[in-house]
Amino acid sequence: PLKPHPQRNGSERNPGAAPPRLPFSRVTREDLAFFRTLLPGRTITDPDLLKSSNVDWLKTVEGNSEVLLRPKTTEEVSQILRHCNERNLAVCPQGGNTGLVGGSVPVFDEIILSTSLMNQVITFDNISGILTCQAGCVLENLSNYLEERDFIMPLDLGAKGSCHIGGNVSTNAGGLRLLRYGSLRGTVLGLEVVLADGRILNCLATLRKDNTGYDLKQLFIGSEGTLGVITAVSILCPRKPKAVNVAFLGCSSFQQLLETFQCCRGMLGEILSAFEFFDASCMSLLEKHLKLTNPITESPFYIVIETAGSNATHDEEKLHKFLEEVMTSSLVTDGTVATEATKIKALWSLRERVTEALTHEGYTYKYDISLPVEKIYDLVQDMRGHLGDMAKNVVGYGHVGDGNLHLNITSPSKDPALLAAIEPYVYEWTSEWKGSISAEHGLGLKKRNYIYYSKPSEAVALMGSIKAMLDPKGILNPYKTLPDNIH
Amino acid sequence: MSARVLVGVKRVIDYAVKIRVKPDHTGVVTDGVKHSMNPFCEIAVEEAVKLKEKKLVKEVVAVSCGPQQVQETIRTALAMGADRGIHVEVSGKDYETLGPLQVSKILAALAKKEQADLIILGKQAIDDDCNQTGQMTAALLDWPQGTFASEVNIEADKLKVVREVDGGLETIKIKLPAVVTADLRLNTPRYATLPNIMKAKKKKIANVKPADLGVDVSSRLEVLKVDEPPQRQGGVKVETVNDLVRKLKEAGRI
Repeated sequence: PLKPHPQRNGSERNPGAAPPRLPFSRVTREDLAFFRTLLPGRTITDPDLLKSSNVDWLKTVEGNSEVLLRPKTTEEVSQILRHCNERNLAVCPQGGNTGLVGGSVPVFDEIILSTSLMNQVITFDNISGILTCQAGCVLENLSNYLEERDFIMPLDLGAKGSCHIGGNVSTNAGGLRLLRYGSLRGTVLGLEVVLADGRILNCLATLRKDNTGYDLKQLFIGSEGTLGVITAVSILCPRKPKAVNVAFLGCSSFQQLLETFQCCRGMLGEILSAFEFFDASCMSLLEKHLKLTNPITESPFYIVIETAGSNATHDEEKLHKFLEEVMTSSLVTDGTVATEATKIKALWSLRERVTEALTHEGYTYKYDISLPVEKIYDLVQDMRGHLGDMAKNVVGYGHVGDGNLHLNITSPSKDPALLAAIEPYVYEWTSEWKGSISAEHGLGLKKRNYIYYSKPSEAVALMGSIKAMLDPKGILNPYKTLPDNIH
Repeated sequence: MSARVLVGVKRVIDYAVKIRVKPDHTGVVTDGVKHSMNPFCEIAVEEAVKLKEKKLVKEVVAVSCGPQQVQETIRTALAMGADRGIHVEVSGKDYETLGPLQVSKILAALAKKEQADLIILGKQAIDDDCNQTGQMTAALLDWPQGTFASEVNIEADKLKVVREVDGGLETIKIKLPAVVTADLRLNTPRYATLPNIMKAKKKKIANVKPADLGVDVSSRLEVLKVDEPPQRQGGVKVETVNDLVRKLKEAGRI
């Protein structure tokens, strides 16, 4: 079993807080002149314009960057990094700034390197379904582009309207479709990455199969901008399903939810494309803050099941047989089904907007945990008992089909005593069941020092060596992902 | 109350689908495109079911005109709480040219046959936006009408209807039997829940042909052409007031 190693300096109080500033250079007038020549009109120094890029989506971390750069091409990114590397200037790569672990904003005065103007689709092959595009393409825009051509993106998440594909890849984003289409580690076929010293690594293959040497792209996928800046992505896209159905079900116990999942897997099989859950506490928040209506009778647990296939009649028949089975065997107490796009969107928004509803409750402590599926809700109940009155809400929701729980705890405002009660208890609990302390959100700033709960020290040491090799000055997204002290 | 309500439900292309004009410009592409119940018809069904739940009416009958596929739409109405359905079979060329005049003749005939006391329809369909069927049906039956209803109350043998009109809200009292057309704010349609979807499978849908009702569905209208609306051109930003004046002059606007 893994035992966390004690921290040696700086972050004893709170392992998730920022460490002291490392001795990077500071931006000078000469640096600004260089950037302004390279990126005319796209070198932002106005504090008002910088504000939103200095704060994360959850409004829990804020940096003090004074420079935001908006390159349009890979060549520009290369020149920026070459300059910053020579000058020992720290850089924070930023996509849609929708990350939840404080990884997408500066901690101090790191230069923000934004991909927002790198938003062009490069190619799309409608026979192979392979899309190549720049890293700053917004996920929803890519989805719309593909849908017109009868394809879809292999991933989907609540942040789709803002997140960039480059950010998705550098955080190995999971999302709602992972159950069906797998992770980005399988669907990304190639990457173009700019390294810390400005070298452009063009591994933008568009091949389904290519076993020629070490698969370097896997290093950058999920590296959270610490090993290189992703500038272009080639990704394998599935065909748009002709028939999509969504069922929204209510269960009276988590055990029944799990049995419903087993039944679902058996009876829906290959047409199952998503299996998500949220608890009654989440539903109350959706009703209270977003005025959404519960389509069925109140239940302790709610499930969203999506099927996607090429034949509507075939899928509906399978779905109705499944629904009849779970209703008559009382695994499910109530439910509703949707086949029309508007209703499907409405049912999905119940699951997708839980995160938003939580932001209205004050301060949210977010935990994204992978656990053996049977243990998922035990953690939520345990936490409730453990925290008692200290927390306003303790809710659980997430990709139960993938064994991934989103545990969220709210209080009216930031509460250090509450935080101390939650951490490291939640990480120890997770570690005891050999789970992951960050299933899909990554480590960013907030969780970097907890890595040892889920990875042995030999692994972390090797990660440190790779980082040192690729970014000897440590200018790429410092203070993120790897722990402050590597032993 | 022993009242019987007839609710018309129309199968239309789903609200969220992107509409495409057929290459021959005779209509829009409907093959393989997602269809669903017209949103205003959903509101009509919801209102009828609510009246039944309040025990103000005894039976709700859902009616739809069209080919085999409209039975799905009737089933949705049954799953929402309608008691039985009537499928008026119209297919092929007749279905392509089916419009408010023929449908209102069918509904009028059915209202007499079924001895309906109240007909509730959606105010208009989202495919043709005609907003005529309710009004024509009332005229053919010589019944009063409460259109664009945002509130409906039964008071003895009369209906109090609050109508959404350009100037605001108009409240009228009309005698039953009557025709009401539902506007957006009348209610929020319920989701059909699984137990009701299961029950709906056992509810009856009767099949009827327009000829059986003595209705001729041939159309007196001919569609000449269907086109997409003109593409919106992007605007242009200008730096100074002089530029603005110059551009407006160039565009012949001033």
